[in-house]
Formats: sequence, structure tokens, C-alpha cells
Amino acid sequence: MTTPIQVTDLHKSYGTVAAVDGLGFEVAQGETVAILGPNGAGKTTTVEILEGFRRADSGEVRVLGVDPATADRAWRDRIGIVSQSCTGLDLLTPREIIASTALAYRNPLDVDHVIEVTGLATKANARIRGLSGGQRRRVDIALGIVGRSELLFLDEPTTGFDPQARRDFWSLIRALGEDGTTIVLTTHYLDEAEALASRVGIIAAGRMVALGTPSELGGSGRTSTLAWDEGGRRATLHTDRPTAEIARLASRFGGEVPGLTVSRRSLEETYLALIGPQSAVGNADEVAA
Amino acid sequence: MNTLRLAWDRTILELKMYARERDMVIFSFLFPVIMLAIFGVVFGSEIDAGEKAQGMNAARVFLPGMIAAGVLLTSFQTLAMSVAIERDDGTLKRLRGTPLPPVAYFLGKVGLVLITALAQLALLLVVARFVFDVRMPTEPAAWLHFAAFFVVGVVGGTTLGVAYSSLANPRSVTAVVVGPLLVLQFISGVYFTFGALPSWLQQIAAVFPLKWIAQGMRSVFYPASWAGQEMTGTWEVGRTLLVLAVWAVSGLVLCLRTFRWTRDS
Repeated sequence: MTTPIQVTDLHKSYGTVAAVDGLGFEVAQGETVAILGPNGAGKTTTVEILEGFRRADSGEVRVLGVDPATADRAWRDRIGIVSQSCTGLDLLTPREIIASTALAYRNPLDVDHVIEVTGLATKANARIRGLSGGQRRRVDIALGIVGRSELLFLDEPTTGFDPQARRDFWSLIRALGEDGTTIVLTTHYLDEAEALASRVGIIAAGRMVALGTPSELGGSGRTSTLAWDEGGRRATLHTDRPTAEIARLASRFGGEVPGLTVSRRSLEETYLALIGPQSAVGNADEVAA
Repeated sequence: MNTLRLAWDRTILELKMYARERDMVIFSFLFPVIMLAIFGVVFGSEIDAGEKAQGMNAARVFLPGMIAAGVLLTSFQTLAMSVAIERDDGTLKRLRGTPLPPVAYFLGKVGLVLITALAQLALLLVVARFVFDVRMPTEPAAWLHFAAFFVVGVVGGTTLGVAYSSLANPRSVTAVVVGPLLVLQFISGVYFTFGALPSWLQQIAAVFPLKWIAQGMRSVFYPASWAGQEMTGTWEVGRTLLVLAVWAVSGLVLCLRTFRWTRDS
């Protein structure tokens, strides 16, 4: 079986601005990979090249074994795309557009099933014009998954969702992942990446500056922070050996350490360090060191 | 799933969206019918006894122009506006990301135009015949010409509308699409008798398709003796078809060369 996504030394410039600058990564069969990065880092350009909407200037791109720039209908049948909010469906109902979209695929999911799992059952026959932002996003997601594609692209899928809707969406994506769907997810929400992704890639300044499991990215270096109350103030200590430090503190205090908390370095902190205000690539080296 | 089945499904979807858009229904579908009714009533007393003796009335004077305007409203205006909006709002990009064959999308548009144009035509003819008592041609040749002008006009309006959509976006459609078409209606003999326009304006109008569709329709619905009021004193059936065919093919070539699925790139 071919690796669903292989990208090597990808370059894409708009005028003199390099949007993607030597980016490379692979996504394995059945994996869910989250791509993080600030606006303008090259995330959307990269994903749109993978989806076949843009052509790369140079570099090697293989998606399901095919260069997306030359992809045909059979290839499109194997890909599902949830783009950033698609308007223009205002005059239709969710059922109408989901059923029509399903027709284009060889082996689509059942329309009622898709309406059910995306939580659109009560709005299935209402004009999309009258739906809330979160409900419209559910329609976008329904259109992306109805084709029963083996590779699914999700571009900031939960924008506009309330916390319960996000949880529902997460279980939907997990279920798709368990069925073997390969998923590429771009998001601004780090908790979403941690909740869904087997690996997380961080793009900054057109390059993949980090790629690993959430715990690898969150857990490298001096990862834990201890904090406790001492002498009327809050004391903190950064350490990569938290257990040993706690034992020392415990013996110093002769038992319970007042107000002790232990926090691990989070993915969010790694992310912010990697995309830091200066050269993102330079910062990546610091973190890795 | 075969392409024709998908094209038919797209046609149904397009028709639903068209029918649910009140502006579209009023300004492209009903507009010529409303105008025919208004002109038929308002100008009823302007027809002199000689003209009445030839079987003319106000509605018969305006019917060819209203049919011609309707052809371009349901084809050119509808498509230039809707494709421009769909390109801008991401609909085209979304469709491009599915296995829907592009030709099914375009055939869906063609289906929309054909059905709305035919329905509008039927409505115009029924109102003209039964409300305003307009005398209909009886010779089969006239109806054959009529069908030819109608089809080549609709096809041209369709290809030109899709091509023209590249020049517009949702904020500019009124100025870029509706405005020029309105001017064209005024100088192409839709609202005024074409013979009453200054000849330099007639020459300008003769570059564009609407003048020819209107002239073709006049050749069908006016008494034969009225041909003398045309620019060349004849109906120019062959030339009308040729000019409209050239416009239709040019529109198709433009579509193939310039069509974009996304706003940029």
C-alpha cells in the first residue's frame, strides 16, 4: 500500500514571497495528522497543493500515489475535503445538497446516516440560510465525509462550534480514523490537535519545523514545572526530573508540600516557542537543543 | 454515476435555487412579461388605424423585443451573475474538490437556462395571445425561423454569460452585468422601435447579439411589409443566424480559455 501523502522539498512563491519554502513530510495510512501554524505560515497553501487546487513551483508531491495537479475524477473520488466555510448554499437544505453531493461519488455513505452523525437531523429540511454558523459548519463537514473517502482534509473544521459540538465532532473524526480513514487536519486549536492527532506537524515560515506525537512535541527537554507556596510567595522550579525534585521538597518540608502543583510543558508552549516572533526556524533549533 | 444523470441532478438543484431567489424570478423571469403587459396597456392608443388594419396592436409591437430581452436575461444575465457569485463564495471550488465532472456542472447551468427560457417564452406567448390578442404566425417556416433564433440566442447568451462572469464579483454584478445589458436593451430595439434610433446608435447595437435576436423575432411576429423599417430594408434572416452563431462560438472559446474555479490563481 502506498503512503497516502508524501511531500519532499516543496516550494511555492507568490511573486517574491515564498509561502512554502522547502517543506517535506509524510502521512501514513490510517493516521490522523494535525497541521498547526500561524496565519500566513504556508498551511493553507500546502493543503491546497495537496488537494489539487494549486500547483507547486517545485518539489515532489504524491497524494494517494498521484501528483494532485494532474489528478482525475477517480482520484477525487478517494478524497474528501472540508474547506473553510463554503457559503453559497443558502437557498438549499442540508438534505438537498448532501444528497446531490453523494451522487457524484462511487460509493457514498447513506445520506440519512451522514445527517444523523453530523447532528443535522432537526435541520435537514430547513434552508441553510437560516442556520447558525456552527450548523453551517456541520453541513460543510457532512459534504466532506459523504463520499466515504479514504483521505480526508479538514480545514479548521470546528470554527464556530460550541464546546459540546466540538466534542461531538471529535468523536465523529475518531470514528472515521478508527475505520481507517487517513485524516489531515489544520487547526488553530491545540487541544483539538492533541485530542485527535496521532502526530502533529508545526509549519512556520513555509517549513515543517516540528513533526511528532503530541507527547513528543510537548514533552521534550525541561518539561515539568513544579510550583508550591513558601515564605508567603509562590516558588517555581523547571525540571526534567520532577519525581526526584518532589522527593527532595518533601523531605525539606518534612511531609506535605504546601500548594504543590506539577505541570508538564504543554503542546501550546512548544508551539508558541517554535513559531516565536523572530525566525521560526532558528527557534526550532533552540527547542530541539 | 454517469454524467447525464449528474447533469440532470444539477439542473434540478439549479432550478430550486433559481425559484427560491426572489430577485432572480422577478428581474430575469417575470420582467419581460411585466413589461409586455405594461406596454400593451399604456401604448394601446398609439397604434393608428392603418396599423390596426394590418393586425397590429401595442403588444404585438413589443412582443419580439420582450422575447429577445427574455432570452438574454434568462441566459446571459442569470449565468454571468450566478457563476460570478459561485466563484467568489467558494461553490465552484467546493465542486472542483468532488468527483463531479465539470461538464455536469455546465450542463446543469444549460438545463437551468433552457427550462427557464422556455417557460418564460411560453408565458410571454400565452399572455400575448390570450390577454392582448396578438396575432401569431401561421406559416411553419416562421416557427422554424423562430426556433432557430431562439436556440442560437439562448446558446450564445449561455456561453457569453459564463465567459462574462470572470469580469464580475458579487459586489459589482449590478454595475457590470445588469447595467450594460440594460443599455443594450435600450439601443437594440427592445423598448423603442429600432428604426427610430439614430443610425450611428444602430451601428453600435449591431455589434452585439441582442439587436439581432430582436430583429429575428420581429421577422417572425411582424407583418412581412414591416421589413422596410429595418436597417437594410429586409429581415436578414441568414445574416442574423450567422452573427448569433459567431457570438455563441466566441463565447464558448472564451469560456474554455478563461474559466477559473477559484477567485485567485
